[in-house]
Parts: sequence; C-alpha cells; structure tokens
Amino acid sequence: MTAVIAATKHRIFWPAMILVLLLLSNLLLTPGFFSIELRDGHLYGSVIDILRFGAPLIMVAVGMTMVIATGGIDLSVGSVVAITGALACLRISELDDQNSVSGVLSAVMIALLLAVALGLWNGFLVAVIGLQPIIATLILMVAGRGLAQLITGGQIITINSSPYKLIGAGYWLTIPFSVILAAAVTALAVGLTRRSALGMLIESVGGNAEASRLAGIRSRRITVMVYVFAAFCAGVAGLMISSNVSSADGNNAGMWYELDAILAVVIGGTSLAGGRFTIGGTVIGALIIQTLTTTIYTMGVPPETTLLVKALVVTIVCLIQSPAFRAKVFGRSRHRPPPIAPAGPAPLEKAEVSAS
Amino acid sequence: MAESSPILTMTGISKEFPGVRALSEVDFRLFPGEVHALMGENGAGKSTLIKVLTGVYDIDQGDIALDGEPVRFASPLQAQHAGVSTLYQEINLCPNLSVAENIYIGREPRRFGRIQWSEIRKRADALLLERLDLNIDVSAALGSYSIAVQQMVAIGRAIDISAKVLILDEPTSSLDANEVQQLFRVMRQLKGEGIAILFVTHFLDQVYEVSDRITVLRNGRRVGEYATRDLPQLDLVSRMIGQELAALERLEEQPKRSLAALESTQPVVEAQELGRKGAIAPFSLTIHRGEVVGLAGLLGSGRTEVARLIFGADRADQGSLKIDGQPVTMRGPRNAMSRDIAFCSENRRTEGLIEELTVRENIILALQATRGWTRPIPRRRQEELVDKYIKVLRITPADPDIAVRNLSGGNQQKVLLARWLITEPRVLILDEPTRGIDVGAKAEIQRLVVELSDGGMAVLFISAELEEVLRLSHKIAVLRDRAMVTEMANDDTVDADRIMQTIASGADR
Repeated sequence: MTAVIAATKHRIFWPAMILVLLLLSNLLLTPGFFSIELRDGHLYGSVIDILRFGAPLIMVAVGMTMVIATGGIDLSVGSVVAITGALACLRISELDDQNSVSGVLSAVMIALLLAVALGLWNGFLVAVIGLQPIIATLILMVAGRGLAQLITGGQIITINSSPYKLIGAGYWLTIPFSVILAAAVTALAVGLTRRSALGMLIESVGGNAEASRLAGIRSRRITVMVYVFAAFCAGVAGLMISSNVSSADGNNAGMWYELDAILAVVIGGTSLAGGRFTIGGTVIGALIIQTLTTTIYTMGVPPETTLLVKALVVTIVCLIQSPAFRAKVFGRSRHRPPPIAPAGPAPLEKAEVSAS
Repeated sequence: MAESSPILTMTGISKEFPGVRALSEVDFRLFPGEVHALMGENGAGKSTLIKVLTGVYDIDQGDIALDGEPVRFASPLQAQHAGVSTLYQEINLCPNLSVAENIYIGREPRRFGRIQWSEIRKRADALLLERLDLNIDVSAALGSYSIAVQQMVAIGRAIDISAKVLILDEPTSSLDANEVQQLFRVMRQLKGEGIAILFVTHFLDQVYEVSDRITVLRNGRRVGEYATRDLPQLDLVSRMIGQELAALERLEEQPKRSLAALESTQPVVEAQELGRKGAIAPFSLTIHRGEVVGLAGLLGSGRTEVARLIFGADRADQGSLKIDGQPVTMRGPRNAMSRDIAFCSENRRTEGLIEELTVRENIILALQATRGWTRPIPRRRQEELVDKYIKVLRITPADPDIAVRNLSGGNQQKVLLARWLITEPRVLILDEPTRGIDVGAKAEIQRLVVELSDGGMAVLFISAELEEVLRLSHKIAVLRDRAMVTEMANDDTVDADRIMQTIASGADR
C-alpha cells in the first residue's frame, strides 16, 4: 500500500494514468484497438499510428520542455516547422534527380542549419537583448510564416523524392522511421541534460535566475542553448511533416503546433513557471494529445465539434493534473496543495527583503 | 505635545509563525498629530506589527483599539475604510493609469452610473494642490512621474479616503535628499491637521529630523517608548542592537593573532576608493590571508553593497580593486570566483538557494558552474563532497536528496555555506550568515569562521550583531548611511559601546 501511495506522488504518475485511461477507453470503442499486425514488413495498428502521427509533436514538445524549464516560452516553433519543411522541399525540387541521396542530405542539412540559426536569433533576443520570451518568440512566430511563404513563393511545393519520403512516411526494421527519429532526439535530450550537468543548470536558472547568477552560472549561454535546441527539434519535426505529405505548405504546416507543444509540456507535469522539468512526462503529454485526436476521429465525432470535444477533455486532464484541484475534490488527506507561502518564518524573511 | 488620548492603542500583541515568535506581548500607542518612529533591526517585528494592525495577519493575542473602540481588521481594505492607511516602500498603485484615476479608482464619482471623468480630475487637482502642495498634471500617467511624486499621490489617495492613521513603511529609501525634504514637509502638514503618522525607516538622521516619539522593538519585544528629544542617538542604537551575550555559547578566548603579523603579508583583497553611485560612497579596504574583517553598521548602511562590489555582483563605477596585488575589473560573479572569492548572500531565498533543487544540487551548484556544464562532477565525487559537508556542518536532516525548501533557516544557511566551501575559496564573504537562525547553529557558524581563518582563509564578516563582529574580527570597518566611516583594529580599546558611538555619530571618538 505504501508503495502505491509513493507511486501516486511521482510526478509522471497522473499523466501516465490519464494516457492509460484514454487508451483503455479506446479499447471499449474499437475492440481491435491494441492489435498490431505485420504487413509487407511494416507494423500496422492504431497504437502504431498514434506513435507515428505523434512523433513531430513529441519532438517539438521535448524542445519546448527545456525552454519552459528556464522560465521561458517559445511561440515560434510552429513557424520553424513550416520554414524548414519549405526550405528542404525547395532545395529538393531544384535537384536534377530528386532521388539523389546526397542531394536530399544536403537539403536536410541546410534546412536544419537554418532552424539552428533561427534558434540563435530567439536566444539572442531573450538572453542578450533581454526581451520577454513570449514577445521575442512572437516576432519569429509571425515573421516566420512570412519567411516560409517567401521560400515557397506563396505556392505549395510538391516533390517526388523517395529518400526524403523515408523521414516522415518510411519504415526501418518494420518500425516507422519518424518514431525512431523522435525516440533518438528524445534520447539525445535526456542524455544531454541528465548525463551532463546541463539539466541541473537549466533547472537552477529557471528556479531562481538571480541566485544562479550569483552562483556563477552562465545563464545567458544556457538560455541561448535551449532556444537553439527547441528550434532544432522543431526543424526535424518540420522535415517529418513535409516528408509525410511530400509537399511544403508555408501557410499551414505546423499551424498551432506551439500551443499543442506547450499543452503537452504542462500536461506532462513541467511547471510553466520554470525549474524542475521532466522529458518523460512531456512525451506522455504529447501522446495524450495525439491519442485524444485519434480517439475523436475513431469515435466518429462530427468534424465541426471535434475542437470542442478536445477542449473539454483537455480541461478535464489539466484539472486532474492539478494537485490543488485533486485536494479539493478527492479530499485533502493525501494530496495536499503546495503551501502558498513558503513554510517557516517566511513573513519575517519577506519583510527583511523588502526592507533592505 | 499635549497628552490627549491616543487614537490607536495596541496592547499585549503576540504573533507566532511556525517556529518563530514574531511578536510577544507588544504594546504600542499612537497619538493624533504626532510622527511616531518605529525602530528596530531586521526581524525585530516592525513589519509584523504593521501587518497585524492593518489586517494582513491575524493576531494570536492582544487587543487593538482605534478611537477607544476595540477593532480587529480582517483586511487592509477594511483598515483603510476605518481610517488606517498604509504606504509600503513599493508603491501599490497602477503606473499605467493617470494620477487622477489612481486616486479615485474603486470609488469614482458617478452620475446615472456613468463615471464623471472631469469631476475626478477636478477633485484630484484640488486635493493635491491644497493638502499636499503638489502642482502636477493629474491626467498624465502616474508612471511618468518620479517615485517621490508617486508616493505623494499615494498619500493623497490615503488621506482622501479618510486617514486618521497613516503608516509610512520605509518611504524614503528610494528618494534623494530634496525629495525627502518634500516628503517631510507633507508629513509635518498632515501632522498639523491632526493625523497620526507611523514612520518606519532605517535612517537615523531622518528619525531625529521628523519624529516626535520613538518605539523600539527588538526580537519581537517592545524595548520601550521614548520622546525623541530625550533619547540620544547612541542610546537608540544600543536599544536596537541589544546585548545578547548570555544566550550565545562563548568561544574559547584564544589569543587573537596579532593584526601586525597578519598585515605584514600582501593583502588578498585591496579596494581603493571603490564605489558605486547610489549604492555606496567610495571606500578603501584591505583583507589579508587569515584575517577576519568585520563590517558593522545598521541595516541599509551599505554593508551588503561593499560585499557586492568586491564579489562583482554589482559593478563598481569608480575606484580600483586589486586581488593578490593584481588590478582586476570585476565584471560579474564568475570573475570573482575564478579568483577564489566566494559570497554567501544575506537573502538566502532570493539570492542564495534554488529552493526546489535538492540539498545535494544546491551544494554542488557553484563548483559545477565553474567547471561548465560539459564536465559534470561524477556522482560519487558529489556524494563524497556533500556527505562530508553535511557531517562537518551538521546539516539536518542529513538527507542530500530532499528539496532545500524543506529545511529550516539555519540548515539552509549551512547548505549555502557548504556550496561555497567546496569551491575552496581563499576569500569568503559572509553577509549576515547567522541571521534568523537559532543559537546553536549560530555558535557553530561562528566556530567555523574561526577555524577557516586559522586555516588561512580571508573572511569578510558582515553582521548586525556587534557582539558577533567583535568576537570574530581582527579588524572592524564601520558603515553609516552608505559610506564607510572608519576602520579600527579590534584591540582592547574596542568594544560595543565604541562602535555604537561611531554608528550613531558618524565619527570615531
């Protein structure tokens, strides 16, 4: 029993619970929901679909997690998705042989380089100029759409390149390639933050920026890094999305992705206020959102009400996530809301701070 | 001053926070038409007293009477409607709204449900001109005016709502000399109208300039109430600081190493006319290997500012700083850390610890920061270091993996200390390391300072408690009103009285 109680306290317990519930409710709707079959050496099934379509969101949300952990936010990821997809497709469409592997590789590299440059721009505005993150990234969110349309010339660029199609729609060793890619970038993020000291330093900057500065942390450099990483993740997601449909739409690709990504981070248990973050939670959060979308489609909800249904479920999920709400509804004994004021002689301390 | 009946009396007020008794049986009274200064060091209970009066906190015990009627306010708003208005150091108005809107927000004159904007402006103009002698454009945004004017507007709002009692909590801390005079003029005028003013400040001169009566608090108790003219500055300082010798474990009286021997070596830190406008007047200070230099002075006297300049937390805009004889420009804390300087800030919560990180993470933070993120300290080495300092400093609970916010103040202080000790500094700056912690932890930290300096560390020790500064320091620099007044070797001729005298008068005998 104590082990169970301890488990409910784990930060990704509730997100994981919600995901399991969502998946199980699908089983009631469609009995064959969990069945996976091997066709032509490819895995097929609803669960595989959720992973495959969820891969771009997972990537973007993982990058977003780090930005949010520093106390920032990145609204431009959706635009970066559109820009990288557009640039990669443009380069490929200009190739003599669209199936040339080296040509596709160079297009991918250039697109990702541009994503990194855009991340540097965001990081520069936030860390060096000192703009508020929401404003700094709003610039690229709006201007980026224009940039993407400039690249595509206002048209939808369609390509016919089998190496490029692998990224978003292909399979490797029976598994969808996009899922492998998302797993690899997630693993990279976990490795980068938890095997080095980066994760702790990010949490420190997000937890208390001034105290971090006085402890000698180069918070500027760390801030720039997280925006670059977020843009890189968005770039890879942009490649996936454009590859999946073999075309680049500067206007609509990655539309509202930033909001889904932020939602995934929050559902996953990372606070928007910054500090402690959990990449695992974010992945679960992204999967919840994707499962929800899939569920709504399989349930046959009329298209004009899908957004409303999604909003309702997301509201419920967020409420269940909130410790304060759980305490109110399910009794206060076990899940106490965090104290509003720090415990102990806080009022005194506060008075001292304001007095000095 | 005629002994009329007090407008406000507080009797036997007690207030407890978890683990701390903030006020014990404090009496306080306020007469109409007086300026009454409430004095005390940090944590003496000034702010708590104001907050229980105005309904921010509940009272555990005691009675409040306003105009002879017992009252108990549930919120500052209720207090304000009853005639008790408070102005905090930060102005709680909306800078984006106009001056007139700020004065009448929430109680706009209306006709048929429509707000009468011209009436608001007319009344605001009249109010400021007649009662505060302030002639400004009331339709301009409040934020476009100086802090001083904003404060006047806040006072205007308060007295217009109905003020019998006006509480000014550190109103002068961000004003320049002229603005202070302007504020004092207004205070005297309001006093003449019969309003009782409660005035909190850390500037001694201002107390003597404007107040009629003083109440001194120390450690949550009332020391006494005095007429300002009957209480010399020296007496005021000694009543604020007190002498808490008995409570503290005495350190064994070991013969202090002579200052001459210490000072024969090359100084580690050598500040020459180092200063920063608006923070601290240029000062000179040297610290040698194995030497403890104490900084004495009241809160706001510039003690912390000295430390911040040496550590590079703030940039100096004049003077020079030498470390090991080498001239350096401190651009930031990293510069100082690369020269083995460490700084434990007095504000543990806002400038020290990362509260949601664990004890272990907080302890290794500074060391990790100097190594850069790519070279993490191996887990085993982290545990060795952290375990060692948890033992040495007796941090409890001895669990490195709980969030540091769950520790008591004294243990948090030790965590902060451990963070800097593992960086093996040669210069350690301790700003109020023993404030707000219990006597046992206090003695431990003092003993540690002695050990570290015996081991060759140079220590800059800042404390509001003179006894502590006297006990530990080889040399003491005294600050007053953001300037270093004097520096004295801590020999037999120096005692608490002499330092207090220096703080009070601004000159060493």
